[in-house]
Amino acid sequence: MDLNTVWFALIAVLFVGFFFLEGFDYGVGVLHPFMSKDDKKRRVTINTIGTFWDGNEVWVLTAGGAMFAAFPHWYATMFSGFYMALVLLLLALIVRGVSFEFRSKDANPKWRSLWDWMLFVGSAVPALLWGVAVANLIRGVPIDANMNYVGGFFNLLNPYALLGGLMTLSLFTYHGALFLTLKTTDDILVKAQSIAQKLWLPTTILVFAFVIAGYFATDMFTRLGANPGVVPIIAGLALLLSGWFVKIRRSGLAFTMTGITLAASVVTVFIGLFPRVLVSSLNDAWSLTIYNASSSPYTLKIMTIIAVIFVPIVLVYQGWTYWMFRKRVSVNSELEY
Amino acid sequence: MDALLLARCQFAVTTVYHFFFVPLTLGLSILVAIMETIYVKTGNEAYKRMAKFWGVLFLINFAMGVVTGIVQEFQFGMNWSEYSRFVGDIFGAPLAIEALLAFFLESTFLGVWIFGWNRLSPKMHAASMWIVAFGSNLSALWILIANSFMQQPVGYTIRNGRAEMIDFFALLKNGHVWVQFPHVFFAGICTAAFFVIGISAYHLMKKSDDRFVWQQSMKIGTIYGAIGVILVMLIGHSQAQYMMKVQPMKMAAAEALWESENPAAMSLFTIGNEKKREDVFALKVPGLLSFLAYNRFSGEVKGINQLQMEYEESHGPANYVPPVAISYWTFRIMVGAGMVMLLLIVFLLVALFRNKFDFKPIVFGVLLWAIALPYLANTTGWIFTEIARQPWAVFGVLRTEAAVSPSVSGGAVLLSLVLFTLVYGALMVADIYLLRKHALAGTAKLNFHE
Ligand code: HDD
Ligand code: HEM
Ligand code: HEM
Repeated sequence: MDLNTVWFALIAVLFVGFFFLEGFDYGVGVLHPFMSKDDKKRRVTINTIGTFWDGNEVWVLTAGGAMFAAFPHWYATMFSGFYMALVLLLLALIVRGVSFEFRSKDANPKWRSLWDWMLFVGSAVPALLWGVAVANLIRGVPIDANMNYVGGFFNLLNPYALLGGLMTLSLFTYHGALFLTLKTTDDILVKAQSIAQKLWLPTTILVFAFVIAGYFATDMFTRLGANPGVVPIIAGLALLLSGWFVKIRRSGLAFTMTGITLAASVVTVFIGLFPRVLVSSLNDAWSLTIYNASSSPYTLKIMTIIAVIFVPIVLVYQGWTYWMFRKRVSVNSELEY
Repeated sequence: MDALLLARCQFAVTTVYHFFFVPLTLGLSILVAIMETIYVKTGNEAYKRMAKFWGVLFLINFAMGVVTGIVQEFQFGMNWSEYSRFVGDIFGAPLAIEALLAFFLESTFLGVWIFGWNRLSPKMHAASMWIVAFGSNLSALWILIANSFMQQPVGYTIRNGRAEMIDFFALLKNGHVWVQFPHVFFAGICTAAFFVIGISAYHLMKKSDDRFVWQQSMKIGTIYGAIGVILVMLIGHSQAQYMMKVQPMKMAAAEALWESENPAAMSLFTIGNEKKREDVFALKVPGLLSFLAYNRFSGEVKGINQLQMEYEESHGPANYVPPVAISYWTFRIMVGAGMVMLLLIVFLLVALFRNKFDFKPIVFGVLLWAIALPYLANTTGWIFTEIARQPWAVFGVLRTEAAVSPSVSGGAVLLSLVLFTLVYGALMVADIYLLRKHALAGTAKLNFHE
């Protein structure tokens, strides 16, 4: 494997980590106003991700940085091309990030409800936009011979992409509900279980609808970069199984299954793109690939050395914090947010 | 409106805003860690309350630093795509390293710190704040390695129409980093020190409960501030000398020095005419600029006109003069704020020596308002650094006008600029409201959740 491929794989790994971790963060953010009207119980919900949300968000920052360092043209074309979508994403992430901290710092019910809804919007909008982005990555976007995006903002909002957005929104929310079943107790736990149970069917329908629409709306299936083999099938099976596990109240297994669905879906998309990173819908020769979009071999080498040393360290200490704060959160816990 | 101008406005707004929160994070993280360490060593509960009190203010500020930082990570690709293509090989690396080494560390361990008061041993808990402090300052180092490349490009070659890295270690060894990073580091210390001094002064003036905490905070702040102010000035001085060598035009603009002089006079107050490049009114100290530049009262300092000619010879005809008035005044405001801070610190050191912090209300009032001084210096310092580098995005290599995204329309940038400004404005109000509320509340209600 050459270093370009290694970096492609590494960025895929970062996105897997991001979708898995931020997936349930967004889900919890979307669900929390509906978990309870009682302030204390809302706080329990928020505190389940209190320790982790910022560390989880860094996964996407690192993915962005890695794209910049390893594939500058990918970073430049995609971020300038998806400009307005990114502005929306950033604004949502801004209000979301402060609402954790701000909400708890004043007891006025109006203040709290304001930041509750900010947290909701700030989680729902990115959950939707990521799906839109992924769908457009699969579908291809108008990129000219100079690697510049030539479509407008509304070009990104085609029906297929919107379906993708609804799919990720639903999938993340379902994943978040399952996370809550692992981290809460008593009536919040019961509520989370019932929400998860209700979300399974619509989520599954949306995912399969997206795959079928992909068959008609894109040529993903005919011009696969590499054959993803059984990976997408695993994603689908895990999703089906999760429904079963929810039903028999095996929360841990159900959560593992949605995790597998998310990871396998991201992997499928990346394998399907390979070796391209941005597909041009105008001319296949204008697509960005891991070769024409990459940094010099020297930079890739340096970055590889650094990644090999530090990625495992990060995994170890992040894993340690999940272990450290593994206890379920209840109204009797020490709540910080 | 012109997309380039709008993109620049947006970059300036978002980055200055981000840096409004950064220095306090850099300095206060260390200070909170110190306070908690004293608590662990002495077992004195007052220091725990102290660490918690400043810790809450730290968290409110940190949240803003994080969310505004996310914008920074993406906006090079969004608004400066040509820049990203041209230097991505070099510039992307420190950015990615910063996220991997520093952001993970600070954000993960801050979570541990917030939630760990009762779950970790006191030692481990204090250690997690030390890790946050280390992570934050490490992030500053890497981002300044990136920024230093723009001020003084090193370790690259132009190949395939873009800058490619040939020596990673040259980036780390870049002399510019090693004046810029310490300057920013100690600027952060000043910021935190004056923040702590100002709020403690308020509580001493109001004779709030828990007097011991305010008195000790005042002492710690004074010592911390003394270290910060003295070093930020000394390093600033060597930074200016360094700048003379690598970006002489910046120095000439900072001094509104139109013609070369030997010995060069230092301007105290100049009103100039930028178009005609001449002074309308000027008050100057003879020889002082040469002294600042070379530590002796003679030596040539090049003026704007001569440098413009030299650049035209080496880089072709164009205007190489940055906005002189902005450069001149921002530099003076920064240095001036530093001088005032030094005076205040000397005054406080005397009080500390006498072990008496009982001043007249007006003095306390001044100390409270002095919180603004480091913010002023930080902001003007950056505006100077970046504006006086113009017209270059990467000095001598890439012009700012060639760096902007061609595929993003002026309308789109205008819309995003308005949106960012509105959201940032609203958040600033909420942030100041919370900081004020918790700063004034003192230590009595540290359990503020219910
Ligand atoms: C000298 C210091 C300094 C400078 C010049 C910058 N930053 Fe910054 N940044 C920090 C020092 C810092 C920090 C102290 O580490 C912050 C502030 C508060 C915080 O949470 O971390 C931070 C936060 C922060 C975050 C959020 C990290 C998280 O989620 O924990 C990002 C993504 C960036 N920054 C990125 C940037 C970029 C791309 C910059 C260049 C334009 C930049 N920062 C300038
Ligand atoms: C956080 C502290 C910083 C502040 C306050 C700051 C501020 C500014 C300002 C005021 C400008 C000039 C805008 C104009 O000319 O209209 C500018 C330009 C620029 N700065 Fe910085 N800067 C900071 C840090 C950085 C860092 C760390 C980098 C790179 C890593 C950077 C990259 C740039 C770029 C790419 C430009 C050129 C685009 C432009 O002219 O707007 N800046 N910055
Ligand atoms: C007499 C005192 C000072 C001197 C001589 C001085 C000198 C300088 C110089 C020469 C630069 C520009 C460096 C460049 O562009 O290459 C600079 C930038 C800056 N200064 Fe100062 N400074 C002083 C005081 C302060 C104080 C008190 C603060 C804040 C508390 C501060 C904060 C900054 C910041 C944040 C920057 C931008 C980052 C950088 O380029 O280092 N300075 N200073």
